[in-house]
Amino acid sequence: MILSNVERAILSGESGAAGARMAMDIVVQAARMLGADRLVPVVSGHIDGCLYHGDSGTLFCEKLAAEGARVAVPATTNVGALNLLNPDQCRLPPDQRKMAYRLMVAHERMGCAPSWTCAPYQAGARPALGQQVAWGESNAVAFVNTVLGARTNRYGDFLDIACAITGRAPCYGLHRARNRRASLVVDLSGLSPVLLRQDAFFPVLGALIGRLTGETVCAVTGLDCASEDQLKAMCAGAAATGSVALIHVVGVTPEAPDLKTALGGRAAAEVIHVDRDMVIAARDALSLTCDGPIDSVALGSPHFSEAECRAVLRLAGAGRFKVPVYICLGRHTLASLQVDGADQALVALGVDLVVDTCVVVTPILPAKPGVMMTNSAKFAHYATGNTGHLPIFGTLGECVASAQAGSVERDGTVW
Amino acid sequence: MTRWQAKVLLEGTAQAKVLRLDAPISFWGGIDPATSQVILAGHPQFGERVSGKILVIRQLIGSSSSSAVMLELAYGGLAPAALILGARDAILPIGVVVAGQMGWKTLPVLVLPDPPFQTEDVLSVDDLGMIKLLPSPDD
Repeated sequence: MILSNVERAILSGESGAAGARMAMDIVVQAARMLGADRLVPVVSGHIDGCLYHGDSGTLFCEKLAAEGARVAVPATTNVGALNLLNPDQCRLPPDQRKMAYRLMVAHERMGCAPSWTCAPYQAGARPALGQQVAWGESNAVAFVNTVLGARTNRYGDFLDIACAITGRAPCYGLHRARNRRASLVVDLSGLSPVLLRQDAFFPVLGALIGRLTGETVCAVTGLDCASEDQLKAMCAGAAATGSVALIHVVGVTPEAPDLKTALGGRAAAEVIHVDRDMVIAARDALSLTCDGPIDSVALGSPHFSEAECRAVLRLAGAGRFKVPVYICLGRHTLASLQVDGADQALVALGVDLVVDTCVVVTPILPAKPGVMMTNSAKFAHYATGNTGHLPIFGTLGECVASAQAGSVERDGTVW
Repeated sequence: MTRWQAKVLLEGTAQAKVLRLDAPISFWGGIDPATSQVILAGHPQFGERVSGKILVIRQLIGSSSSSAVMLELAYGGLAPAALILGARDAILPIGVVVAGQMGWKTLPVLVLPDPPFQTEDVLSVDDLGMIKLLPSPDD
């Protein structure tokens, strides 16, 4: 492997803190194992490793921090296991809560910006087209590659913080232009234009793309426009059901002005024509139980934007919720809602605002497993395994109406 | 004695019984770090413990939090004796690299496409990636 003089000096301990040497050792070993022949400088990091999985991760990050490791590039933090503004919201046992907290503190000590959000790209962290970054959290990885055109692979625990400390990542995969070309086309031109405008279509499209493509880069054709929140939902769905880290939406995303560019001048290996039946099947696969009474509604995976929070207020009108409604969001969004009291208006409806964390990574949902309705493909995908709750997928309007009724209400006009 | 030459991702030696995982698995959500048991519902090896075994995994699927589960297993003294993977991977071995930095027991990680080993085979693994099938103690 070819290392620069600076990289070699850090690796040998000649320059930098002992914690930086540990981080460089991790990055170089990962590069070797992945078959990369060099490292690539990165301009930012997003750190997924601040979510508590056990004491060992806390002890490691505390050691890094104690040995002087500090991030060399701006780095945001993904969700932790605690709502730091309301620690009692989470039912982790006290010893685990303490270790989860220590893990979050260790990341702050290393110089990470305490954003505690899985949507850092809506909290100001927006690398530019073509910039190399090292991000973790599958939805954020898919978003930053797809919507912003910055370049990262999926960096997980330990490697994410190691990349931010060294300012380097193994040069492989999506860091390299030739691996960003689509080889598969997902054609939506057979779907009705009305369906293509529905917010709820996008998480379903993502879930479908994840199942169809696995980790292959695909180009989506037949979609003229999409909002940022719609693309966010699509990326999260695709990254949950598959290992998707990059989707080119032709005419919409920055590396795909046209199909030829998205394919890098090559012919597509396969073109998949999506029909309505495939969409409906993908939608139905997100529900694991039948319509009927529900026990909770979970919104905000990825973390809800200000516009999405205000849409809940608009849809709900004055009708209070009969079941708990959890909205997961970052502090950046909470601050925007506080400007005109929208946060209190949500609370008055019966919303639990979940800040800094999310309901599928830490015990917040009702202790007794029940039925959880959501408009998020990612929540639907992970709910049962992580929480024991059975998901029912619906549009945001259906989720709000169902929360008011206490049982599933359907809107027949959407699909 | 039958031998195979594997590619070494992380070197080390081991001699133990094989546990072969017959379906793809992500360690995160698939292995309980507190017991080392396979907890993925419907997995053919559901309930088996990976601790102390030469774990043969033809196909990993990838939550990147699997590194954390690997580290937690090493921390609790419940790590496998070795990993033999069907394909290159950096997620699990990173957990082992970090265990080494923490001064906890590490394990060899090897890559051998289509590994032929079956549960209950007894293998030895050396620093250079040579895998040997040993006579089973029951024979």
